[in-house]
Amino acid sequence: MRRRSPVFLARRAYRLRRLRDAARLLPVAGAFLLLLPILWEPPEASDRNTAWDGIYLFAVWGGLIALAAWLAQGLAAGEDSDEATDAENGPDGPRRGER
Amino acid sequence: MARHAMLIEDEPHITEAIRFLLTRDGWQVSALADGLEAEAALRAARPDLLILDLMLPGRSGLEILSALRADPGFAGLPVMMLTAKGQGRDREAAERAGANLFMAKPFANAEFVAAARSLVSVEGQRA
Amino acid sequence: MPFNLLVLACLCYAVLLFAIAFVAERNMQAGAARWLRSPLVYTLSLSIYCTAWTFYGAVGYAARSGLEFATIYLGPTLVFVGWWWVLRKMVRIGRRQRVTSIADMISSRYGKSNLLGVIVTLISVVAATPYIALQLQSVTLSFGVFAAAGTYGWAMPDTNATALWVAAGLALFTILFGTRNLDANEQHTGIVTAIAVEAVVKLVALLAVGIYVVWVLADGPVDIFERINASALADWQLIPSRWSGLIALSAAAVLCLPRMFQVLVVECGDERNLATASWAFPLYLAAMSVFVVPIAVVGLQMLPAGANPDLFVLTLPLSQGQGGLAMLAFLGGFSSATSMVIVASIALSTMVSNHIVMPLWLSLRPTREVTGDVRRLVLHARRFSIAGVLGLGYLYYSLSGGSAALAAIGLISFVGVAQMLPAMLGAIFWRGATRVGATAGLCIGFAIWAYTLFLPSFGPGGVYPLSMFMEGPFGIGWLRPQALFGVAGMDPLIHALFWSLSLNTAAFAIGSLVSFPTPVERVQGLAFVNVFDTERTEPLAWEAGQVETEELLKLAQRILGDEPALTFFEEAASAQGTEGYLPDPTPEFLDALERKLAGAVGAAAAHAMIAELAGRARVTVADLMRVADETAQIMEYSGRLEAQRAEMERTARQLREANEKLTQLSIQKDAFLSQISHELRTPMTSIRAFSEILMEGDVPPEVAGGQARIIHDEAIRLTRLLDDLLDLSVLENGTVQLDLRLASLNELIDRALRAAAQVRPDRVFMVWRDLPSEALFLRTDPDRLSQVFINLVSNSRKYCDAAKPELRINVKQRGARVIVDFIDNGPGIPKDKQQIIFEKFARLSDQTRAGGAGLGLAICREIMANLGGTIAYLPAQGGAAFRVTLPLRLEKHPFADAA
Repeated sequence: MRRRSPVFLARRAYRLRRLRDAARLLPVAGAFLLLLPILWEPPEASDRNTAWDGIYLFAVWGGLIALAAWLAQGLAAGEDSDEATDAENGPDGPRRGER
Repeated sequence: MARHAMLIEDEPHITEAIRFLLTRDGWQVSALADGLEAEAALRAARPDLLILDLMLPGRSGLEILSALRADPGFAGLPVMMLTAKGQGRDREAAERAGANLFMAKPFANAEFVAAARSLVSVEGQRA
Repeated sequence: MPFNLLVLACLCYAVLLFAIAFVAERNMQAGAARWLRSPLVYTLSLSIYCTAWTFYGAVGYAARSGLEFATIYLGPTLVFVGWWWVLRKMVRIGRRQRVTSIADMISSRYGKSNLLGVIVTLISVVAATPYIALQLQSVTLSFGVFAAAGTYGWAMPDTNATALWVAAGLALFTILFGTRNLDANEQHTGIVTAIAVEAVVKLVALLAVGIYVVWVLADGPVDIFERINASALADWQLIPSRWSGLIALSAAAVLCLPRMFQVLVVECGDERNLATASWAFPLYLAAMSVFVVPIAVVGLQMLPAGANPDLFVLTLPLSQGQGGLAMLAFLGGFSSATSMVIVASIALSTMVSNHIVMPLWLSLRPTREVTGDVRRLVLHARRFSIAGVLGLGYLYYSLSGGSAALAAIGLISFVGVAQMLPAMLGAIFWRGATRVGATAGLCIGFAIWAYTLFLPSFGPGGVYPLSMFMEGPFGIGWLRPQALFGVAGMDPLIHALFWSLSLNTAAFAIGSLVSFPTPVERVQGLAFVNVFDTERTEPLAWEAGQVETEELLKLAQRILGDEPALTFFEEAASAQGTEGYLPDPTPEFLDALERKLAGAVGAAAAHAMIAELAGRARVTVADLMRVADETAQIMEYSGRLEAQRAEMERTARQLREANEKLTQLSIQKDAFLSQISHELRTPMTSIRAFSEILMEGDVPPEVAGGQARIIHDEAIRLTRLLDDLLDLSVLENGTVQLDLRLASLNELIDRALRAAAQVRPDRVFMVWRDLPSEALFLRTDPDRLSQVFINLVSNSRKYCDAAKPELRINVKQRGARVIVDFIDNGPGIPKDKQQIIFEKFARLSDQTRAGGAGLGLAICREIMANLGGTIAYLPAQGGAAFRVTLPLRLEKHPFADAA
């Protein structure tokens, strides 16, 4: 039997959903930022600055870690309470048919 | 000639009591404790009287009796059935299986000896 | 630094690790240390990703290729911060399906196919062998550094011998702590804890060297900043294909490496740990990387030009006379190498034993039945596999001569394991993925990897002749190993990665699209992809009632061991609402049992074994229909009807059983008087007959004496019978007075054996006891308890008619309860009688047998109830077996409140 889930959610559940969206987006954003050096490092450029590259890299790294830590806190707290709703409305919506 | 009684009974003390009683009365008594060996021993000894306990290890007294009555050689053998249960049901079953006499434990000695005698003499008159 | 001091330190460190592993295992068994399964330990155990390759090789990598070294850690960082996508699902599936390895996971998803398990196992072993060789090499090299630097006249040790000793030591450690438990889901607490400690050591060591370099050798971060831009590293060029390719590669590897899968999924004690690891593990990686470039730069400046950059971490402090720091660095490197090898060999040995040895054994054994001690077989297989894996690594090391740069070997290995990625991602995200597709993809990917990367890695003239590289095999230009299809000019590694993964994925996709999955595949596909929809995805794969639970129990005991199997069955039985150790073989129970067994021997083997016992095809079209959800509503409705019907059938069966028991009881009650009568009349007969004889008075005195003795004996017999009846009645009413005091269990059993020796004294019984386990002091009524023991031992002596009768007495303590098992090797008790043996006058044959009125076990049962314990018949022990359970300390009469 299909569970009827409400169209609009309470504020807490809504925040939890967006937190999960953020968790899914984080690696995408991370990949983008980590691949960015490819664009600004054309091989023929002459004034490269390895030290600055390193600082950029570690800054992105640190940012990812901090964000992940912040998200993990909220996600772990919400995991037990809201498992079923998550399953109903997973990343690709209700996944039921064998495709 | 001494009358020969065969006793099949698993309680050794009861065996001893009956052996004492019948021997004193002039019987020759052989005894077995197990129902499984009964038939072979009967064929070998051909006794004048069989005294059979109802509950035996190996094979129950009723089974032995039924098998015996099916054999024409033993159809006329007088059989006294002993039981400690003493219920009507057992008596009927024993009589159906072909017992000539049914005796409940415990018994009075005189009664027992008289019954044994009567079985053999009745059979003897008939023969 | 004297070389022998180094060896001593190494040995001390190893002993410390042994001690830690041992203590952790102990604590875990006592259930004391929750922190052993904490997120911190979990995260630290993940650090086996950082092997000696990281510890020594990263600096070398940075010295050669600048910041590119960081890609190896950026990939895993992305995977972990994106844990909500893949890792979370992987861990959940792994725990739900009781997966034992990555091979098991893939085999399980694709219809429990053992072929796939074998393929994945082979890929893993081939890919891991050079990697293990690399670890041995790094330990040997670091030993060499110290030996060369030593000024105490120590000769350079034989490198081969060093590697051999290290390999043997690691094998010993792994076998000792890695093959304790069979059920891989019970996890290797000892090893994980030791690895967490090693993780701390290597992090501390690398940070210490880094801090020394930045703040002692250089003048702080600003100075380092200047030095970097002044060094050769400033000329580093980012190669876009390698940069992105390596990030992707390391991301794939962290998911697919068997050792990572082991700590990530199999050893995961709690799914919530993953949330912490999602940021803590990237933090660890960043901390391991942050000083890599400074060490490389300072090393390049301060050490002579020919120095091996792979060893800067060691040689830099050593060249400055910092022996202690160098020692710490050495231990760090040692930790990195050993922890990786230990986990990798555990993971690989599990795979080899579950996917190669077990299936071979299953198909080669002569009879259908599962006989013998399977546990021991599996454990031996694991032990030999561990030795074999380490042996292979050593062999590779000594054959290759340990020449190539550290980083190259590691990356080759990464590309090898990355071949499992398409099959694995498909397994958890795509229900249409099939066995055919996965097999095709894996085989093609593996073949291309071997052809374009692994075999060429031995160099021109190694495996391939030089002409092969230049002109291709047989002069076919487009098949050149490093320029497939004429695509020349690519970096060889990226070339191999690109072609192997592309063709692998293509074969996987096409194979899956054109083939049709088997029912088991479809059920498993649903269970994997929809793992978060808890209820609906339970595959009802087994049909009930076709299998004897007792057979299943025998099977489970052989695999899980007696006690865990009995506990599992007992819990299942009580969950179903029945008593004893034999639950109904419902589909749910069979499914749970299969997963429990899968934890020990892998999914494919467990499935095959239960399938043999349960008979014929397990998945019916009806089951599939229920699982397929296109018509979910109707199907689920009918499914629920089905479930209700099954439930009702089960209830009906239970009612029937109860009814049968009642009927039997009532017949027994009926027989009770008749029994009493019989038991009383039998002694009475002798008494009456002989007393009449004696009354007549004409018996010789010596005969009369004998007859009087008989009267006396029979009178005692009568009294005993009446005592038993009274005893029983007192016990049943709970009005018995217990004499509670402390008593040694050992003495109670001694007493019982002595007392029972009078029963059939002609029989020589072999009694097996475990005296240390009996060293318990109980607070109970010792006389009552030994009455029970005497009864059980006497029963064994009476009824066990084996040619060489044996009695085993096992004692176990479970928390505040004590379990005593009495197991003989006789014929046991038939299943239909097991229910009634504890009833009054229950005797197994209708005929009386030696002595006893059939009250013994009934009295035992009542005594145990009065002592706050139980007595039960244990099925399937190969003989009659009784289990007595009682509280260690009985404080008051259990019926006191009721009375």
